[in-house]
Amino acid sequence: MTTGSTERIPPALRTEALEQLLTERGLIDPDTMDRIITTYETNVGPLNGAKVVARAWTDPEYRRWLLDDGTAAIRELGYVGRQAEHIVVVENTATTHNVVVCTLCSCYPWSVLGLPPSWYKDPAYRARMVREPRRVLSEMGLDLADDVRITVHDSSSEVRWLVLPERPAGTEGLTAEQLVPLVTRDAMVGVAKVKAP
Amino acid sequence: MSAPLDVGGPAAPPRSNGELVFAEPWEGRAFGMAVTLYEAGAFTWPRFQAALIARIAAWETAPAGGEHWNYYRHWLGALEDVLADGGTVLAEEVTARARTLARRPIGHDHPDDHDHPDDHDHPHPH
Repeated sequence: MTTGSTERIPPALRTEALEQLLTERGLIDPDTMDRIITTYETNVGPLNGAKVVARAWTDPEYRRWLLDDGTAAIRELGYVGRQAEHIVVVENTATTHNVVVCTLCSCYPWSVLGLPPSWYKDPAYRARMVREPRRVLSEMGLDLADDVRITVHDSSSEVRWLVLPERPAGTEGLTAEQLVPLVTRDAMVGVAKVKAP
Repeated sequence: MSAPLDVGGPAAPPRSNGELVFAEPWEGRAFGMAVTLYEAGAFTWPRFQAALIARIAAWETAPAGGEHWNYYRHWLGALEDVLADGGTVLAEEVTARARTLARRPIGHDHPDDHDHPDDHDHPHPH
């Protein structure tokens, strides 16, 4: 481990120095690296999914298409998975609640939701959500009334589920751009509701 | 092949609304370097992860005097550790190069967060 004077060199300079040395030695190609950084910064994350949801909330025709053929409607916005994944979108309402689980743990629409949270991959979440969804959701901070019907969807390599959350009351005057930051990954998995700002 | 980034615990990168966030450009470069090298097969992810956890644990045990927590400082340290361990790039080489870079004239495009001695030598006057 480095100590003393080396630690006082600002990390920005050490990073630049390391990048230069690795490039000179042919170990990294700066163009490839730029592409990878851009991908992680801008394309990987729930932002894509949030844009899909905001569009559906503000464009009734898109909403119908999204619920009818999620894969095509999402592709139209330019979000294509690395695998040829088939995405089915289900809508949460005041009386029906959908939540997604993956009993095989590798199935997650990461082109629209980014990297899966750790609890999603937890065997306890996967097993219990199927058995006692109301209780697990309550433990995660989402209390649903007894008359709300809960459906648990099991994602697989063939079908990845995405929840279209309920648009929160009080956001009628907001534009799609203003709605995007409100939509969380948890809401699109179905373990939370979207809150008005 | 994308890096299996941690989503919880001390080795998880900082995120906002699920997105990776970089406070300064160098953090993004350090992040990208590790992922690029991993994707090129330079090291396995568990190896890098172990180095990162070791760096964070060392800082938690004995934080360097007055040094603020900075996740990507540890990330960079871990990357240097893994590369030095394999003899790919040694810490001394990075230090020597960084010192050379620090001697660039003022106005060069780099973060101006280090000491510039007053007798700084400008190779070309502006």
